[in-house]
Amino acid sequence: MNIVVPVKMVPDLVEELEIGPDGRDLDRSFLRLRINEFDEHAVEEAIQLKEKHGASVTVIALDTGEVDETLFTCLAKGADRALKIPGDFAGISSHGAAAVLAGVIRSIPHDLILTGVQAPDDRDGQVGVLLAEALRVPHVSVVSGVEPVGEEAVTVRQEYAGGVMAELEVDLPCVLGIQAARQAPRYAPVSKVRQTMKTAKLDEMPAAGEVPGAGSTVLRLAKPESGGGAERLEGTPEEIADRLLAILRDRGLVRT
Amino acid sequence: MSRDIFVVVEHVEQSVADISFEMLGRARELAKTTGGRVVAVAVGHDLKPLACELGAADAVLLSEAPGLAQYTPEAHQRALEAILRQRAPRVTLVANTAMGMDLAAGLSGALGWPLVAYCREARMEGDRLIAVSQIYGGKILAEAAVDGPNAILSVLAGSSPADAGHAPGSPAIEEVEPPAPSPARVRFTRLLKPEAGDVDITREAILVSVGRGIQSRDNIPIVRELAEALGGTLSASRPIVDQGWLPKTRQVGKSGMTVKPKLYLAIGISGAPEHLEGMRGAELIVAVNTDPNAPIFGVAHYGVVSDLFEVLPLLTEKIKATT
Repeated sequence: MNIVVPVKMVPDLVEELEIGPDGRDLDRSFLRLRINEFDEHAVEEAIQLKEKHGASVTVIALDTGEVDETLFTCLAKGADRALKIPGDFAGISSHGAAAVLAGVIRSIPHDLILTGVQAPDDRDGQVGVLLAEALRVPHVSVVSGVEPVGEEAVTVRQEYAGGVMAELEVDLPCVLGIQAARQAPRYAPVSKVRQTMKTAKLDEMPAAGEVPGAGSTVLRLAKPESGGGAERLEGTPEEIADRLLAILRDRGLVRT
Repeated sequence: MSRDIFVVVEHVEQSVADISFEMLGRARELAKTTGGRVVAVAVGHDLKPLACELGAADAVLLSEAPGLAQYTPEAHQRALEAILRQRAPRVTLVANTAMGMDLAAGLSGALGWPLVAYCREARMEGDRLIAVSQIYGGKILAEAAVDGPNAILSVLAGSSPADAGHAPGSPAIEEVEPPAPSPARVRFTRLLKPEAGDVDITREAILVSVGRGIQSRDNIPIVRELAEALGGTLSASRPIVDQGWLPKTRQVGKSGMTVKPKLYLAIGISGAPEHLEGMRGAELIVAVNTDPNAPIFGVAHYGVVSDLFEVLPLLTEKIKATT
């Protein structure tokens, strides 16, 4: 089975996000990028499937900046091939990314396409679903647990609210939006990634065709009213703990 | 050009999901400015009992077939696509849920209509649709002008009151012939209910919930000790469960449980929209986080910006001392 995993670099949400001078995009000059967390789960699920059933795993990324190390990390974890699509793709829309990915994926073997269910910046929709539409193959979002059924299909679990899940059988090829891999994504030690950088190489494939936009134009970005309703408790840790205790006690949440 | 606002009704096991009423309320607002109707669209089987709950709509479209009884992304998208292609409403609202993620982006791709996801506000400025998305884990709001005569918005749960979408009355029901069945590439096999055995966090009065800020599995006992001192239960945000640090039964949020405890103590939880959706109804929310801009403080009643490893053990100690 040929598994293709599109991955994407996104701003690290642990860092403070600053809005750029034009107010329409993040200030990207000091932005620290990391692999989209859900894509990391998609990579893990692909490698798990490879280890259990045998498969070839190709990880693919648009060059939105800083992708090389991420792609080498995927190789170090067990992916067979890493494909970079060069171009100026920083801030590309989901519709745009889906079109570019579809163009490249059409020309490589693909049975199962796994990608993160969503990303922090997919303002115009999830890339996986749009990619499936572009490739005219079926898709399922919010998936955990993928198992092959013969050569032609997979069963997946789609998660709904309240812990309810549906089991679906999906014909290949298809695109699955991965919510969580069967186990936490593995860690590739830095030394192993460095070693991979020396011995492996990234393949490059050019993008072809038009890159569609999002279908909407950002007028301005804003930070949500910080704090909102929350009353801030300040002071030394000792004072804060006392305040918290008093609040809980007032509400009868701590027995006295 | 149609001025109508369509709402794709989400329903599970013969009951209309709350988010559908929230969207109906929002659709009413939009329809006031477009001058069109609010039309509720439901795909499934035996839906007439549901239609009587949709009094806030001016009309209800039902696309029914035995093969549509269980949701699959492919069949439901095809049924909706046929309706939307023919009626071309000005705006179509879809819930930003598991099903809605499939449908909103799928319809956008299939119809070539713009989609704005994670939408939390929408309004018309003249003929122009303006939509505000909550992105980057809830840390940024993006206001955008949407192109074209038709658009799809996937709407975040809890972004508008459900009350506005509840109204008496029985709107006209129109039955729409679903597309002829074709060989399904996605087939429903069964519904899996959550496993019993662990605690049911939806029934707990006090939840001490732990998020990514805890940094390591080894720090969970610090939070567990506080939960125990309070006579409460440990729950978690999604990353903690995905890491395998706590079981899925403890997950609060969109793909986990919706909880309404008397006290929700959020420890190291930043408050992505998916998490807030599952806990904003708690009676008292106290958040502890090192990031003063964490969105969790937007819904919390009390906020502590501090290193949780300093405050928590002290609080645990003090609670133990009083009881």
